[in-house]
Amino acid sequence: MSLAFSSAMSLTGSFTADVFAAHLASLPPLPDWWLERKRAAYARFAALPMPTRTDEAWRFSTITSLTLDGFSLPLPSPALPPATIGLPATAELAFVNGFLAAAVPLAAELRARGVIVDTLQHAFHHHEALIREYLLKQTARLGSAKFSALHEAFLTDGAFIYVPRGVELDQPIAVFHHSLTANGAAFPHTLIVAEDLARVTVLEYFGSSDDSQAQLAVGATDLYASHGAQITYVGKQDWSHRALSFHAHANVVRRDARIQSLNLHLGARQARHEALSQLQAPGAFSEMLALTVARENQEFDQRTLQLHQAPNTKSDLLYKNALLDEARTIFSGLIVVDQDAQKTDAYQSNRNLMLSEAAEASSLPGLEIQANDVRCTHGATSSRIDPEQEFYLQSRGIAKSAADELLTFGFFEEVLSRLTNEDLHDALRTLIQTKFKK
Amino acid sequence: MSSLVIKDLHVAIGDKKIVQGLSLTINGGEVHAIMGPNGTGKSTLSKAIAGHPDYTITSGDVLLDGRSILDREADERARAGLFLAFQYPSEIPGVSIANFLRAAVQARLAEGEEIDATAYYKRLYSKMDLLKIDRKFTSRAVNDGFSGGEKKRCEILQMAMLEPKFALMDETDSGLDIDALRIVADGVNTLRGPNLGVLMITHYQRLLNYIVPDHVHVMWDGRIVKSGDKSLALELEAKGYDWVKKELAATATAAAATAATVA
Repeated sequence: MSLAFSSAMSLTGSFTADVFAAHLASLPPLPDWWLERKRAAYARFAALPMPTRTDEAWRFSTITSLTLDGFSLPLPSPALPPATIGLPATAELAFVNGFLAAAVPLAAELRARGVIVDTLQHAFHHHEALIREYLLKQTARLGSAKFSALHEAFLTDGAFIYVPRGVELDQPIAVFHHSLTANGAAFPHTLIVAEDLARVTVLEYFGSSDDSQAQLAVGATDLYASHGAQITYVGKQDWSHRALSFHAHANVVRRDARIQSLNLHLGARQARHEALSQLQAPGAFSEMLALTVARENQEFDQRTLQLHQAPNTKSDLLYKNALLDEARTIFSGLIVVDQDAQKTDAYQSNRNLMLSEAAEASSLPGLEIQANDVRCTHGATSSRIDPEQEFYLQSRGIAKSAADELLTFGFFEEVLSRLTNEDLHDALRTLIQTKFKK
Repeated sequence: MSSLVIKDLHVAIGDKKIVQGLSLTINGGEVHAIMGPNGTGKSTLSKAIAGHPDYTITSGDVLLDGRSILDREADERARAGLFLAFQYPSEIPGVSIANFLRAAVQARLAEGEEIDATAYYKRLYSKMDLLKIDRKFTSRAVNDGFSGGEKKRCEILQMAMLEPKFALMDETDSGLDIDALRIVADGVNTLRGPNLGVLMITHYQRLLNYIVPDHVHVMWDGRIVKSGDKSLALELEAKGYDWVKKELAATATAAAATAATVA
C-alpha cells in the first residue's frame, strides 16, 4: 500500500489534485470549453508516468533529476526586472510569474488593421473563436506528453499575436516571461498566428533575476504561418541556473509559407526543448535554428521532428552547441517524410564545439522516409578548438580564454548569419557575447 | 633601441632536434634575412620564438629588450612586441578581420579598459589606406576562403595595426605570384622604420629583390653558418646552396686537418 501511495505522489509531485482545484478556483471567469480542456489535461498529466531510463524518447537524458516536487504556483510580483531585446519593438507584453505586468500596446493604426497583440486571458473573451481554433492544438510527439498536459492544466496567461491577411510588420513584437520566485512554477505560453501573406517577427525572452533560485518552467510556443505568410521567431531562454525547464515549440507551415525560428539556450540547470516543424502544403519552408552555450553542470536536451506531409516542402535544421566545463547536451532529431511528400528537401545538422574535456555531447540523428524522390541529409559532428587556430589568435596577443571565446563566436556565426534582419543579427551577437563574459 | 637576441638556441619537436645552437642579434630598424634550403629549421625557429606549444626549447635563450621571453605564453610574447607572419595563416570562419583585430587591440589594453571604437576604426582605416587595402576587406572572415595573396595581405594589415617591435616573417613569399609578392613587399617596406626590426625567413632570393635586407644569414642544419650583407643573397642565388655545403665540408676538413696536426 505504501509503495502505491508513494508512486502516486511522484506522478504529480507538487501539482496535486488539491493544488489544481485551488488553481481553477483562482482563475477569472473563462469559457467552459477551456475549463473542460484544463480538467482533461490535468487528468492526463496525473495518469501519465514520469519518464524512465528505458524510455527511448529520453535516451541520454538525466532522468533522476526530473522532479516535480518542491514547487508552488507563485503570486504576481510587483517587481519588473529590466529586460531588453536590443531592438525597438512595435508592441511588448511582459509577464511576471505568469501574470501580465506591463505592456506596450500596438499603434492604433495597426490595431485598426486587425493586428492583435493580447493576453490569452483577454483573448479568451474577445477572440474566442481564434483561440479555440489554435490554442494548444499540437500533440506532444517527442516524449513530453506528461509535461505538455501539465502546461495545459496550469496555463494561466500568455501572449496571443495575430497578424491578419496581407499585413506586414516591420518592427518586431516582444514577449517577456520573468520568473521571480524561489521554487516557483511558471507556464509561459505564446501563440502566434500569421494569416495569408502576413509577415511578422516575434522575440520571446524567458528569464529569472536570481540564478540561484530553484524554479520550474513548463512552456509552449506555437507558430502558425498560413499561405505565403512569413514568421521570424527568436526565443532566448535564460532561466535561473537552478531551474528545470520543459518547452514545446511548434512551427506549423502552410502553402508557400516560411517560418524561421532561432532558439538561444543559455539558462536552466536542465532544459528539455522539443521542437516540431509540420510542413503541411507545397512550398512550405521551416528553418529551425538553435544555439546553446552549455556551461558548469547544465544539461540541454533537444529533441526535434521535421514532419513533411506534402510534396515540395523544405526544412532546414541547424543546431550548434558550445560546451564548457562539465556541461552536457543531447540532440535527437528525426526527419519524417510521408509517402506523398515527394520532392522534399530536408536537412538536419547538429554541431558541437567541445571547449572542455569533461563536457559531453550526444547526438542521435534520424530519418524515416516513405517517399522515393526526396533529398535529405543529416549529420552530427563534435569537434574541439583547433590548436593551430588557437595559436594563431594567441600569436596576435589574444589570451587563450579570449581566443576560445572568439572561436566560439565564429562557430555560432554560421547560425546568426542565417537571420536576414541585420539589426536582429547584431543584437543577438551582442547578447551572446555578453552571456559568454558572465 | 629595441633588441631581439637569440642565444645558442636549441629547439626540438618531440625527440627530433631541429635548431641546434643558433645565435643572432637583431636591433630595432634592422632587416635580417635568413636563407636556407628546406628542412634546415627556418620555420621551426620562427614558431619557437613566437611560442608555439609544439616546439620545445631545450637550451639557449631569446631576449626581447634584455628580458627572456621563454617563460611567457605566445599571447604574452605578442603583447611584449613580437609578431609572427605565418607561412600558412589559419582560417577563422565566422570572425571578421575587424572583430579579430579589435580583440587583438583590446588584449593590449589594461584590465577593465574598454576599446574606443571610433578611434579604433579610424586607426584601422588609416592603416588600410596606407597599405592600399579596400575597406570591404575587414568585413570578411579572417583568411576564410582567401587566395594566397589575400592571406598575406591580411598578415601585413595585422602587423600594421599591432605595431610590433619585431616581426618574424616565415616564408612570406611562398606560393605567391609576382603581383602578390609585390603587395607584401610594398607593405613591409611601408612599415619599415627605426621602430621595427624584421627577421625574414625565405627559401628564395626573389623576395630580397623587393625587400632589401641589411643582413643576410645562411642557415644550415639548424644553425647559422654564414653571414654577410645583401650581396651574400646574390652570391647564393648565383652559386646555389651546394656552394655553402662544399664550403662547409672544406672548413670541416681543414679543421680536422688542423686538429690532426696539433695532435
